[in-house]
Amino acid sequence: MNQITIECKKITKRFDLETDENATLRGIDLIAHENETVMLMGPSGAGKTTLLLIIAGMLEQTSGECLILGKAMNSMDQREKTTFRGNAMGFIFQNFNLIPTLTALENVAIPLLLHGYSEKDAYAKAAEFLHSLGLDTQQERTPQNLSGGEQQRVAIARACINKPKIILCDEPTSFLDSERGNKIMTILDDIKKKTNCTLLVVTHDPRILHFANRILEIEDGMIKASREPEALTLTNPPGSV
Amino acid sequence: MYAIALKMLIEDRAKFFGMVISLSFSALIITQQAAIFIGLMRRTYATITDTPQADIWVMDRNIQFIDDVSPLRSTELYRIRSIEGVAWAMPFYKGLIRARLTNGQFQTCNLIGIDDATLIGGPHTMLQGKIEDLRAPDAIIVNKVGAADKLAQNQGYGKSKRPLMVGEQLELNDSRATVVGICDVTRTFQSQPVIYTTYNRALKYAPYERKRLSFILVKAEKGVSPVELCKKITKLTNFATYTKKGFEQLTINYYLTRTGIPINFGLAILLGLLVGAAVTGQIFFNFVTENLKYLGLFSLMGAQRELLAKMTIIQALWIAFLGWGIGSGAGALLGFLTRNTELSFHLPWQLFLATGFAMFAICITVSLVCIRRIYNIELGILFKT
Repeated sequence: MNQITIECKKITKRFDLETDENATLRGIDLIAHENETVMLMGPSGAGKTTLLLIIAGMLEQTSGECLILGKAMNSMDQREKTTFRGNAMGFIFQNFNLIPTLTALENVAIPLLLHGYSEKDAYAKAAEFLHSLGLDTQQERTPQNLSGGEQQRVAIARACINKPKIILCDEPTSFLDSERGNKIMTILDDIKKKTNCTLLVVTHDPRILHFANRILEIEDGMIKASREPEALTLTNPPGSV
Repeated sequence: MYAIALKMLIEDRAKFFGMVISLSFSALIITQQAAIFIGLMRRTYATITDTPQADIWVMDRNIQFIDDVSPLRSTELYRIRSIEGVAWAMPFYKGLIRARLTNGQFQTCNLIGIDDATLIGGPHTMLQGKIEDLRAPDAIIVNKVGAADKLAQNQGYGKSKRPLMVGEQLELNDSRATVVGICDVTRTFQSQPVIYTTYNRALKYAPYERKRLSFILVKAEKGVSPVELCKKITKLTNFATYTKKGFEQLTINYYLTRTGIPINFGLAILLGLLVGAAVTGQIFFNFVTENLKYLGLFSLMGAQRELLAKMTIIQALWIAFLGWGIGSGAGALLGFLTRNTELSFHLPWQLFLATGFAMFAICITVSLVCIRRIYNIELGILFKT
């Protein structure tokens, strides 16, 4: 059995501490392992992104325990959290969040520079990674000169270049068409297999569910169902609404 | 990461140039206005600057600055000469006189009368003629700028003026004066021509007064401290005595405290500073606010808040450096291009540094305001579309 990377027990989150009503999360249990893709699905306002923020240590749960690689982030101070996140996690966003004034190469090299690589080594390694994602000729382009798929591939390179143990993805394919979305998920799946990391994907996109090992459906702050993609495929084939 | 920070700054062209240009203008205004103010202040004591031979200036107690002449009795000169420690004491006349040009026009001039025998107190740079030529009858020496401009001869409609030349004559208070030399002296505060002649001839030209000795120039004997000698002369004669530096300071203090000049220039400098600070501050604040998301992204990648703060300070310092360099450079260039004009412009290195200090102070203050926001970044903004 692969090692547990994310272990959330009875996580609750209330923004209004006076009342128990309108709780965003109501006792979420979630366990994810190495080399596993877990997808969180659910309607808007269900609490998917809140759970993601708690796992990333950007938000503190009201109660419950969340262990990331065996460590509770809510017991860390700001400095420790930043270091831990930088070493253990990679982030992929719906709107890519590439720095518009920097080239693709520079965007990808940033995590390496932050981890003490020399400029020369950082750019060489970033170029190599971009090459592996088929972005040879786009390295010197700024994000506005890249297509949506290319931008997301650059964002993936940036998130994965430090080989994080956990990659948190927030709607990574929602701005992409079906073909590009599949390509992005294929890349992420390959990286997961190569680096043995955990992929936690928040998505509304049914077209990519077949990449998941497990799908958790969240509704009203609770996990309503946990299923294998095959089970879902039988009733709701990818692409269905 | 600092290179990345600078690239993020520079590649945001509109904001980058906006900040650099506003700071450059601010630095230019500060440098230019302050340099003109300093130049003007230096001109207020031009006569003292151009009389370097004297260690001490002796004068009436009521005098407030160099042009505020309250004459002494001529016999006071002998009292000063009798004081122990005085190597020499010479009369010095300073007053205003109307010169009548050959074309009938009048021009107010500074008339300076120096000791007839020794010619101490005379101009030290002669461009034409010799200072000894003052011993000729009706001889005067005129400064170059005065001769070329306000005392220049009008040659008729549509023709350029011809500078006053050696050998030509002027009428000073109905008396004939012959130009025997052209000298180079510091421009004066009121930009009037300067006319040098001997002390006794100056008294002849000047309107009659009961007391006529404007100042007494004193040289201290070797080994005697001018400051100590000043105290001694004051104690014995009850006159005001100043060293050269002291008299310059007295004159500057008068203009600083009794005129509106420092307020006018001070306001212009303050406005330059405020406009630079406001415009740069606003643009830089917007720049940081717009990039807050990306700074948050750096934080997610492992950048500590201190590093983000340092990156912001580096960006601010770079803008300050460029604004300072361009603005002060433009100010210095302006000074160089106007060096031979009426514009009083003096740019000492201290002013250059002070302008830099002001620019860096603006940018550091602005970046500190922005750093507060960086320390309170809400990382959740990255997940919002």
